[in-house]
Amino acid sequence: MAEIRLERISKTYAGGKAPAARDVSLAVADGEFMVLLGPSGCGKTTLLRMLAGLEYPDTGRITIGDREVTDLPPRQREIAMVFQSYAVFPHMTVFDNVAFGLRMRKQPADQIKPRVERAAELLQLEPYLGRYPSQLSGGQRQRVAVARAIVMEPSVLLMDEPLSNLDALLRLQFRAELKKLVQDIKTTTVYVTHDQVEALSLGDRIAVMRQGEIVQVAEPMVVYDRPTTEFVGSFIGNPPMNFLRGSVSRDNGHARVTIGSEALTAPTALAEAVGDNVLVGIRAENIEARAEAPSGGANGAGHALAGETVVVEPLGSHLLITAAIGGQQLKVVTRTDFPTGPGRPIWLYPEEDKIRWLRPDTGAAVQV
Amino acid sequence: MQRQVALERDTALDAPAPPARGRRTVLTPYYLLAPTLLFLAVFFAWPMFQALILAVQDNGRFSLGPLQRMADDVLFWEAIRNTILLTLIVVPAQVVLALIMSLLLVSGLRGAGLFLYAWAIPLGISDLAAGVVWLSIFNDRGYLNSALAGLGLGQTGFSFLSYEHPVSMFLAVAVAETWRATALVMVILLAGLQVIPKDYAEAAEVFGATTWQRIRHVTLPMLRPSLQVALIIRTILAFQAFAVVVALVGRNLPVMAEEAYRWYGDLRNPSVAAAWALLIMVFSLVNTVIYLRALRVRDEQLA
Ligand SMILES: Nc1ncnc2c1ncn2[C@@H]1O[C@H](COP(=O)(O)OP(=O)(O)O)[C@@H](O)[C@H]1O
Ligand SMILES: [Mg+2]
Repeated sequence: MAEIRLERISKTYAGGKAPAARDVSLAVADGEFMVLLGPSGCGKTTLLRMLAGLEYPDTGRITIGDREVTDLPPRQREIAMVFQSYAVFPHMTVFDNVAFGLRMRKQPADQIKPRVERAAELLQLEPYLGRYPSQLSGGQRQRVAVARAIVMEPSVLLMDEPLSNLDALLRLQFRAELKKLVQDIKTTTVYVTHDQVEALSLGDRIAVMRQGEIVQVAEPMVVYDRPTTEFVGSFIGNPPMNFLRGSVSRDNGHARVTIGSEALTAPTALAEAVGDNVLVGIRAENIEARAEAPSGGANGAGHALAGETVVVEPLGSHLLITAAIGGQQLKVVTRTDFPTGPGRPIWLYPEEDKIRWLRPDTGAAVQV
Repeated sequence: MQRQVALERDTALDAPAPPARGRRTVLTPYYLLAPTLLFLAVFFAWPMFQALILAVQDNGRFSLGPLQRMADDVLFWEAIRNTILLTLIVVPAQVVLALIMSLLLVSGLRGAGLFLYAWAIPLGISDLAAGVVWLSIFNDRGYLNSALAGLGLGQTGFSFLSYEHPVSMFLAVAVAETWRATALVMVILLAGLQVIPKDYAEAAEVFGATTWQRIRHVTLPMLRPSLQVALIIRTILAFQAFAVVVALVGRNLPVMAEEAYRWYGDLRNPSVAAAWALLIMVFSLVNTVIYLRALRVRDEQLA
């Protein structure tokens, strides 16, 4: 049990062109499940390895609990780690693997056995304690790796893409199990993944990373609904958030954003930015689609955007429609019985409070 | 027209007849093995067979005479004792040294690459040349005696290699042998260490292992296949120790391979020489079997 603080961590690998971590600061609360999410190569593993003591930062401070650990070797950090490759020792039985850390720390043998058995029970490994890893499936090996970590009752549990080597079905099943397990043991956890679904489903909070920097740290639904940058919006969610380019104008004292020949009412905060370009971010499921023109004139119904259906993809539970508005495409989710087809007109109503307004130059959100 | 082309392409793709492919995959490994097998047969199996025949015949007839003469020789037990003693000292020393060297090389210390080159030098030097180099160190007016004199220890010089000083003579040979072939063991162990994924060492560290614990509980067990190979090769070569011994101390320290040479050259008796060769081979075989059993890595323990 401990909180983690990363303060202004920077790291460039010898021979590396760009820094793998740039001035990263992050605080993980005691017992929190923090997910580091980002595309491959953005520096997630590097950050995790610096927490573990397998790499050292060039500058910055790391504290775990009330101890500064920046320069301590891994074994003095009271951490445990689940490796992406599992790194389960092939020459040891499952029991010996799980007991490894306790033995290295010279725990008395009569305490090791019950603790190993308890961890094995939590991960349903009891029948396999006498087996060697080569006699286990990938999923079982992964369980051994997790058991070996939790048996230590570490202050901090680190996991590097622990599900990425499992097949899709197993991943789904183990994800839920892992979530329950970590909830039960209440250990501060830092979990690395490039899979946004995993991040959303597991994290108490998500730290989204890009090119060695943390772009946004927030609860999963906040990251999903209120991305602070275009990058976060398009990295998280399937389909990614739609971003439409528009420009700000003023009409009867109200700010408006025009997208091609269509227009949206904009928040007053944008009123000073007349003439500027703006990005309108909206998720596919936050747009209502209608097949008929709104009554009461062309733009009478406020936020309606008139467009044309381009592609219709039935996805079982819903339809995914690709529509075009003034030359820009966006995705919309509708009921399966929505009457449309390629080339037919469509009217779209974005939910006002779900729209994100971003500056196209910096990609950062306009505070509204 | 286009369809025609497409059709032709499709049939062309289908063309290789399955039976031909089947035959090729069955026989290919044997074709590839053939040159090696032929080489081994001509240069190893056949001479070995000839030596075996030679060792059990006298004047063209079957006889246990050569074996008897070998065993009755005054130097028989001494040669065997010296060879075994040399092996017992040199092989463990080499393995320990080579292990330390290769662990240092993979530890990522600065300048480790340079050490690799320096340590590999003995690999490029012939046995005899190595013997001569060490002779210039250990002989009565050699570097070692000069150094000792320089330090004010013993002005007269000590005859390390004289038969009057059997212990120093033996140790000099052991040191030279160790120097000569440690690099071979190191190369084998280094290759073995380099294929162990570094995740295992990192996992050991994260789970609290000290450097020594990591080596003892993770690195060494995973290195077992390489240790096995290194031990087998090194021990067999130790049973054949010859040139270094001859160059350093000549007849003063009889060893098995030297006896074979003496019977063949000086005493002009190829049959007894063949008997010695046979004995060396038996030693090697027994030893290999022992190593294979003692260091056996069960399949399920492999990564
Ligand atoms: N040992 C290393 N030496 C040099 N560069 C490295 C090393 N490990 C990672 N990098 C580089 O650092 C960046 C971040 O890598 P990493 O932390 O592994 O990313 P992620 O885990 O997010 O995929 C990448 O550009 C990668 O190429
Ligand atoms: Mg990674």
